[in-house]
Amino acid sequence: MINWPLLSVIIFLPLIGGIIILFIKEDDLTSNNIKWSALLTSIGTFILSLTLWFQFDYSNPTYQFEEKFRWFDDFNFHYNIGVDGVSLFMILLSTFLTPICILASWSNVKKRIKEYMLAFLFLETVMIGMFASIDILLFYIFFEAVLIPMYLIIGIWGGKRRIYASFKFFLYTLLGSVLMLIAIIVMYRNTESMSIEALQGNFFLFDTQVFLWLAFFASFAVKIPMWPFHTWLPDAHVEAPTAGSVILAGVLLKMGGYGFIRFSVGMLPEATNFFIPLIMILSIIAIIYTSLIALAQTDIKKLIAYSSVAHMGIVTIGIFLVNQQGLEGAMLQMISHGIVSAALFLCVGVIYDRMHTREISFYGGLVKRMPLYATVFMIFMLGSVGLPGTSGFVGEFLVIIGAFKISSYIVIGAAFGIILSAVYMLYLYKRIIFGEITNVKLSEILDINTREKLILIPLAISVIIMGIFPNVFLDPMRLSLELIITNYELANAR
Amino acid sequence: MLDNIFGVVLIPEIFLAILSFVCLIFGLYLKKNAFRQTSNFAVLILLITLLLVYLDFESDFANYQNLFSNSSFIDFFKILVLMGSVASILISKEYFLSMKLKNFEIPILLLFSTLGMMLMVSANNLMSMYLAIELQSLALYVVAAIKRDSLSSAESGVKYFILGALSSGILLYGMSLVYGFTGSMNFNSINIIISNYNNLNLGLIFGLVFVLVGLAFKVSAVPFHMWTPDVYEGAPNSITAFFAIVPKIAAVALIYRFCLIPFEHFYSEWAQIITFLSIASMFLGGIAAIAQSNIKRLLAYSSIGHVGYILIALVAANNDGIKAASIYMFSYMIMNVAIFAIILSIKIKNEYLVEINDLKGLSRSNPIVSISIAIIMLSMAGIPPFIGFFGKFYVFIAAIKQELYVLSVLGVIASVISAFYYLKIIKVMFFDENIEDRKINFKISLQSKLFLAICLFLIICFIFYPSILINISATLEL
Repeated sequence: MINWPLLSVIIFLPLIGGIIILFIKEDDLTSNNIKWSALLTSIGTFILSLTLWFQFDYSNPTYQFEEKFRWFDDFNFHYNIGVDGVSLFMILLSTFLTPICILASWSNVKKRIKEYMLAFLFLETVMIGMFASIDILLFYIFFEAVLIPMYLIIGIWGGKRRIYASFKFFLYTLLGSVLMLIAIIVMYRNTESMSIEALQGNFFLFDTQVFLWLAFFASFAVKIPMWPFHTWLPDAHVEAPTAGSVILAGVLLKMGGYGFIRFSVGMLPEATNFFIPLIMILSIIAIIYTSLIALAQTDIKKLIAYSSVAHMGIVTIGIFLVNQQGLEGAMLQMISHGIVSAALFLCVGVIYDRMHTREISFYGGLVKRMPLYATVFMIFMLGSVGLPGTSGFVGEFLVIIGAFKISSYIVIGAAFGIILSAVYMLYLYKRIIFGEITNVKLSEILDINTREKLILIPLAISVIIMGIFPNVFLDPMRLSLELIITNYELANAR
Repeated sequence: MLDNIFGVVLIPEIFLAILSFVCLIFGLYLKKNAFRQTSNFAVLILLITLLLVYLDFESDFANYQNLFSNSSFIDFFKILVLMGSVASILISKEYFLSMKLKNFEIPILLLFSTLGMMLMVSANNLMSMYLAIELQSLALYVVAAIKRDSLSSAESGVKYFILGALSSGILLYGMSLVYGFTGSMNFNSINIIISNYNNLNLGLIFGLVFVLVGLAFKVSAVPFHMWTPDVYEGAPNSITAFFAIVPKIAAVALIYRFCLIPFEHFYSEWAQIITFLSIASMFLGGIAAIAQSNIKRLLAYSSIGHVGYILIALVAANNDGIKAASIYMFSYMIMNVAIFAIILSIKIKNEYLVEINDLKGLSRSNPIVSISIAIIMLSMAGIPPFIGFFGKFYVFIAAIKQELYVLSVLGVIASVISAFYYLKIIKVMFFDENIEDRKINFKISLQSKLFLAICLFLIICFIFYPSILINISATLEL
């Protein structure tokens, strides 16, 4: 079909753009050049990744666009990348959000623009590379390399407590992922293989699986994050700059869900079966507990951060139902959350740029001054609540259908969380947007400008498209997910 | 006899020894620029020695009365030692000159120390091992105290000497016990004699423990690490660079050879000790470094932590362990050369860098330098895609092949703890604002720049073509 390495180009194009930016001298005159080159690079990457979608073969459940060559001479480690239905949309999500992030920080990042753009482009390379890896070690290298740019983004361009937040983020996630390294080596020792594709199935003894599963769990549960490992997330979100929060919520959290699907369910099916009760209990606690916490927040970003944990609870329920509806729902919920929460953080960024505060009590009555803002904010808010017709609905609905097949207690928990999410999001919306303008400082606030429209409107459109035509997104991933489910059922039927 | 003395094995060492004396006399007769000339000469000698070792890379000739042996492992570590010495002499030249430390003896002492280390690596007999250790230590005691008018330098020299002498005493006592209970000093004969024992002789265990204590002192493994931070801090920066880079390589090679050749059949005995040393070093190195504000002390604790990882590979005691050790030592060497090349070139208010907080705001004034430091720190912390990660990765592969699960998990947890202080340096450079307007002067000499560039290239680009180093290290045999 194509004889040039499309996927490698997509992975390394941002990095090349970043290296070019490195050689642009930074001063007041050229800072726009830096921004433009970063933006164009990321848009180019996005367009290339769209061709990935158009050329994607829906009837093929395995990896496509595969590239493979031997890397380490001494053991079975390859540079091996490819895309299947699960990773396709994760890659698209990364390439879609990066230009938006760059655009979102166009005017509010004033210091060290060069390093900032470099960090984001490097982050993009690493994220795409991680989702496209078929080799476990390659996956691990990208998985950990994500920490470097994110640590710098939070630490350099973050808020007041940025240093605390960046350290917490880095060390917390590092602790999880080093345990995964041990698990990877144990897997290699037992099978002499490092290919994610070849290891899909049931290759390990049950006892080994339990330990491997726990090691992977340590890594992904921190990343996704699940209660009680979520405490790094609110800090990281609150202190990160807007674009950092967007990427964090939009893509980095999905790395955990992606890992659960690929590794825990795909490679360790018996242990997954064994641990399902644990996951379900933790997820339901996460949904209810963090929703209640979100209700009590006074900082908008923190509220959205806690709502992310709750939404990710629905994702973990969906993944560990391991049936058609559950997994599809979880995937869709991840994509939807990637867009909705990213958009919500951008919305917070819009008013933060104007007023430099995120206190909910500071705002009120914004609809009077910012009607357009109120409209887009409403779309995203409803998407987060899961109103039918928005993207959030489909995912949650599918997960709940899937859950009915297993246990109705799970359904009660998940549904309770969804109601709570409506409570805190509507309450937030009421406090910020409606009412009279009581704060004098708000009387001069301006509605969103062209750049912000350019950022928010595509996101709003995709939220609605996903809500109305979910099959566009479900069709490509269906067969890949079915393969995982078949493997799982085969392993546990014995 | 003549054939044996000039047997191929020792040609590099004999060459180095003779030329070191020539260099000494040469230095005596030089009136002007004695330091500069001798150090250039020393580098030349080391490079020729390196070439001699390299040419002899795969041969296996008869050795001199079995006092020294020859193998690919030995050659690899000799080359690392020589490369480390060359690098550390070259990167520290400017520092010596600007600190008015122009004694021409310094490079010569370093040459003798290097000679001792080469002999240490290839020692195949308890006696030759001891003599080699003493040769390298005595030279190092002197250079640690070379800054005669500085109290801290003298203190570090004396401290190093007293503790070093104590450990030598313990080592010697242990050796005498080993000799007493086996009747041989030769590594291979001890191996054969021990293999006939069914159960262990108490005296032999005492001997083993004492020798290991002495060697642990040389690699500065916890709890025999006390001297390291003080000596690192007190010695002039350039001497610290040498301390950090070179002797550790030789000592690690020696402890590997000592454990794996004469005491091969005593695995379960020495493995207990080494496991303890390893865990203690990793954790103490990680935790104690957090509280440090002096960058040299921090690097001292960091090197203690690194020793802990190398000892994991020793406990694994398989071919993967040897491979892991050589990859790890290589990465350790280039990371340390790179970081010291930078530390020896930064001046703040005309003083050389001492405190970590002096790096505040470096990313503003010298972005490229601070990015380089950040990369080195991340590499030391073992974050991919840098070379430090692969060092750790191979160590854990070796450990898990030997089913050392607990040790590996403790190892990765310690690596998270140690990531904290490496990140702290990045934080100081990038996150903290430089409140007072201090002048940070970064003047790097050409040769330091060259070494820095090569090392950074290796740190970053190792991932793209790892096979060269890995293939070499896979063929190494003790």
